[in-house]
Amino acid sequence: MDLYLYMDALSADLHFFQQAIGLHEQRAQVLSTNIANADTPNYKARDFSFETALKNAVGKSGSLRLPDTSLDLTSKRHIAATAQNFNILQMKYRVPFQASVDGNTVEMDVERTAFADNTVRQQAAITMINGRIRAMTTALTPN
Amino acid sequence: MSLSIFQIAGSALTAQSQRMNVAASNIANADSVAGPDGKPYKARQVTFQMQPLGTNFHSHPIGGVGVTRISESQAPDRLVFDPKNPAADAQGYVHMPNVDVVAENVNMISASRSYQANVEVINAAKSMMARTLTIGQ
Repeated sequence: MDLYLYMDALSADLHFFQQAIGLHEQRAQVLSTNIANADTPNYKARDFSFETALKNAVGKSGSLRLPDTSLDLTSKRHIAATAQNFNILQMKYRVPFQASVDGNTVEMDVERTAFADNTVRQQAAITMINGRIRAMTTALTPN
Repeated sequence: MSLSIFQIAGSALTAQSQRMNVAASNIANADSVAGPDGKPYKARQVTFQMQPLGTNFHSHPIGGVGVTRISESQAPDRLVFDPKNPAADAQGYVHMPNVDVVAENVNMISASRSYQANVEVINAAKSMMARTLTIGQ
């Protein structure tokens, strides 16, 4: 096994958590937008399903999804090959429990709970990726 | 990239403190019979609007909030019957500002609660980033 394969195995191991942490980050941005616009008339709160987004990001049955790639064509006889990224974040509007008169659908308790939940889950993902890194470092250390 | 959380929540802090300033100005001038133009003070109100950032999640922009304009209330002046007052009109009424002090207090409470919520977002984002920086240590 050459070095490239080692590196590939390492990055494949970390890919799942990397995607998860990135998505938590994006969800925190969306939720902070909702909280910032809690008093903006006609603002509609939005969110995405973390589960669906992570499934889309890592591919079905846990296999890694290819990143956006296209092959360089250096000859006319090459066949164009592309792997397209599709919309992994399916943003949706939140349905309010109680609609407000100014058309704003942000409910502060819902958003704050979601934000806190998202923060804790991101910290959990970071704890786990740290565990993986520590395990790999242990495996790579001689003696 | 994650700095945009600070931008988003920071813009809300600015907007909410502007709203608080306007409410404070209204309450302070609730009895100002004459403003700089010689007319009674008019209550002011901020208008919030979402301000999308560059990052665009597939036609669902995210972003902060900003004050787009400050408008004057069109409510009628509060009339106080006081014929001896030098500012009284021919009927003996003094035109007082159209400030609704109770509504301004409510506005102030709402602004300070929203401000707090955004401060908490900034604190949470700060600890998330500090935690992220510990990956691999």
